[in-house]
Amino acid sequence: MEPATKTETLDIEGMTCASCAAFVEKSLSRTPGVQRALVNFATEKATVDYVPTQASPATLKEAVINAGYGVAERAPDTSAAERSAEIDRQKALAYQKLKRRFWVAVGLVVVIMPLSMLMLWPAMMQRVNVQWLNYTLLLLTLPVLLYSGREFYVSAWNGFKHRAANMDTLIAVGTGAAFLYSLAATVVPGFFTSRGIMPEVYYDTTATIIALILLGKVMELRAKTQTSAAMRSLIGLQAKTARVVRPDGAEVDVPIEQVQLGDVVVVRPGEKVATDGEITDGQSSIDEAMLTGESLPVEKKAGDPVFGATLNKTGSFRFRVTKVGADTMLSQIVKLVEDAQGSRAPIQRLADKVSAIFVPTVVVIAILTFVIWFDLAPAGTRLPLALVNFVAVLIIACPCALGLATPTAIMVSTGKGAEHGVLVRNAEALEKAYQVNTVLLDKTGTITKGEPAVTDFWTLPGQEASQLLPVVAAVERQSEHPLAEAVVRHADAQGAASLTATGFRAVEGKGAAATVNGQVVLIGNRRLLADEGVSLSPTLITQAEQLLSQAKTVLYIAVAGQAVGLVGVADTVRDTSAAAIKKLQALGIEVVMMTGDNPETAAQVAGQVGITRYFAEVLPQDKAGKVKELQAEGRTVAMVGDGINDAPALAQADIGLAIGSGTDVAMEAAGITLMRSDLNGVVTAIELSRQTIRTIKQNLFFAFVYNTLGIPVAAGLLYPFFGILLSPMLAAGAMALSSVSVLTNSLRLRSFDNH
Amino acid sequence: MDTTAIIVTVAGLSLAAFVLWYFFFSARQTASAVSTSGGVQEVAITVKGGYSPDVIEVERGKPVQLSFYRDEENSCSEELLMPDFSIRRDLPAFKTTLVELLPQQAGKFEFTCGMGMLRGSLVVK
Repeated sequence: MEPATKTETLDIEGMTCASCAAFVEKSLSRTPGVQRALVNFATEKATVDYVPTQASPATLKEAVINAGYGVAERAPDTSAAERSAEIDRQKALAYQKLKRRFWVAVGLVVVIMPLSMLMLWPAMMQRVNVQWLNYTLLLLTLPVLLYSGREFYVSAWNGFKHRAANMDTLIAVGTGAAFLYSLAATVVPGFFTSRGIMPEVYYDTTATIIALILLGKVMELRAKTQTSAAMRSLIGLQAKTARVVRPDGAEVDVPIEQVQLGDVVVVRPGEKVATDGEITDGQSSIDEAMLTGESLPVEKKAGDPVFGATLNKTGSFRFRVTKVGADTMLSQIVKLVEDAQGSRAPIQRLADKVSAIFVPTVVVIAILTFVIWFDLAPAGTRLPLALVNFVAVLIIACPCALGLATPTAIMVSTGKGAEHGVLVRNAEALEKAYQVNTVLLDKTGTITKGEPAVTDFWTLPGQEASQLLPVVAAVERQSEHPLAEAVVRHADAQGAASLTATGFRAVEGKGAAATVNGQVVLIGNRRLLADEGVSLSPTLITQAEQLLSQAKTVLYIAVAGQAVGLVGVADTVRDTSAAAIKKLQALGIEVVMMTGDNPETAAQVAGQVGITRYFAEVLPQDKAGKVKELQAEGRTVAMVGDGINDAPALAQADIGLAIGSGTDVAMEAAGITLMRSDLNGVVTAIELSRQTIRTIKQNLFFAFVYNTLGIPVAAGLLYPFFGILLSPMLAAGAMALSSVSVLTNSLRLRSFDNH
Repeated sequence: MDTTAIIVTVAGLSLAAFVLWYFFFSARQTASAVSTSGGVQEVAITVKGGYSPDVIEVERGKPVQLSFYRDEENSCSEELLMPDFSIRRDLPAFKTTLVELLPQQAGKFEFTCGMGMLRGSLVVK
């Protein structure tokens, strides 16, 4: 088998010609372990495939330097931020331009309109020279066409050359036809009068359509920037600098791009954590809401991981950098959201098919409308009537509404999800989550915390629990065992006094012993006490058996050779689980639990959180089978798991939700990753998916209905029955509003809040 | 029906037929990717009211680098969507934007502008 290769991209500095690129390429290709090297002179980038065991980014860099060139330090994040800033600048500029074009059009329309209306006053018309009036209108309309509307014609022409037709094609053909007809009527009115046709002009129509479409575009552009607001604020979270501790102990502020793996960074209260790392010293509570959606600050101490972009609240600490640039949690979230926003929702398929053929079809309908009106209308008015309806059909048709319906909603909701710590992999995942009617929860780590906690502290009659707890805690404080940590946490929570233990000794697989207050204290399993020659009283044994029957782990305590108490330790239910499960049930979803525990424990936990159906004694390899079992009942199943042991089950489910600060594996297998480690994330994900798909359905319905009703009305279908004709100006107004309506509807998702 | 009406009818129907043929049935501009020494398939695409070339042939299993040069300011083409590869990219005007992807499956994959009006396709063989 071919060894797995990695791909590295290097920014090469100092290349002045194409042969330099060839030289760098050769040098890289000759480096041991490199399978393929490609240097692009234009982009100044080298893409190298290499075997990680034989080469590394450092050796690649060395090869480039040996060839006489440099490698720029890559800072993918900043470049992403810079790129988005550059695009924002361009967009802002385009918006300003668009607004200027719009206001010019409006300024001229307010003159053109009243002038055109003069014709409605026969008394007035006798006093003005129609010929002169028409020329004046022509002069006023020209700037609207050539300045404000220029882009429509250019774009339509460019599209035409590519055999592509877009919305601009419709506007260009529509306004162009109205304008050319008016031009002819102005320049050669005799041609019309000789054929018994009034040489009417449509300058007002032409100018108004352009002004209204531009208004629509201005509003659309403004709304569109808001759809990606959440994404931009996510990118904006990135810290700009980090305070790095130099080897000589000096603290220096350096730009984030220069921070290296292994650097030690200082964070003071109120400051942003610069990048991902591990606390080396100090402790603090950190607000991680921006990444996880969890509103309560998280307590962190030495050895705990910290993440870039989170906010340090109370204490000062130092951390060692473990991840920079594209590897950080924030960058991964940004990447995930970006990918999701680029994905296609299956629901969109029909709209996609329609919009592919939309514009040419509308042009054909418009041509047929023209022909039919021309053939059927009375000879004197057939040309103007055919023209007006031709233009109205072209202008009212709105392919944008169809095109915007789904993607805008997906963009707003994936961004919104990220704000709440719900990372959606793609649009399809949202659609699947919408269809879910059954949620299968893996007990450990989802309903429960997945870490042991003290549930019982029992002492023999005659012993004071409040006296014994500090003694036990003193021993356990010196141990690193997870069970010992649970005891210490319990003691701290109870506010137990702090005592000193001496002569601590850990007994592998059994427990620990130390001397407290001059007495030897033992804490551990039954074997530990047996080995040390401590006997257990019958009451103690009965009590221990009772705890064991509840699937708890039992620690035995002996002081001065006497067994005096027991500690029951178990995985505890999260505080939020019961409420979250209730919310899911209120959404009409059946919640099912599965666990490896025995049926009694399963029943107990299920009862505690209000679950009626559960699978007990499920072996890890059978989890996916349980998902299948539920699917065989015709259910659409969402599987919620921790992502590591549950990967196959997550993949088997219609939609997998990985809980906890997602590992890479989980992100791969799960359609949705929940950054917050409790079940409320599941509720958020399902509610968000429901609102999003509902919004998309409304949008698509509106877009289809608008076009299927609007086009026939514009063609004059109502005329034979009610004498109704649609003015092209009204058509322009309707068209401008339709795409804005769809956008506005999608933006309503921004107010999504499940609290 | 007078002569003018007949002329208009015939001209209109022919024009409609032309529109249908021109946009739906006429031959498209196809381009095959050029493989570089490194095995990356490179294609340069100009974006101006459409994509030229708009049918791009690449080979399966080899990395593809598409460089989109957007030669206009028209907002229609400001976004590029390749839904099958989960790509949504902003294309800055008068700049080249690189899009890299690895086609794993053979087939025809469409790429479009943000609103699905401009279209092109990537044919993976």
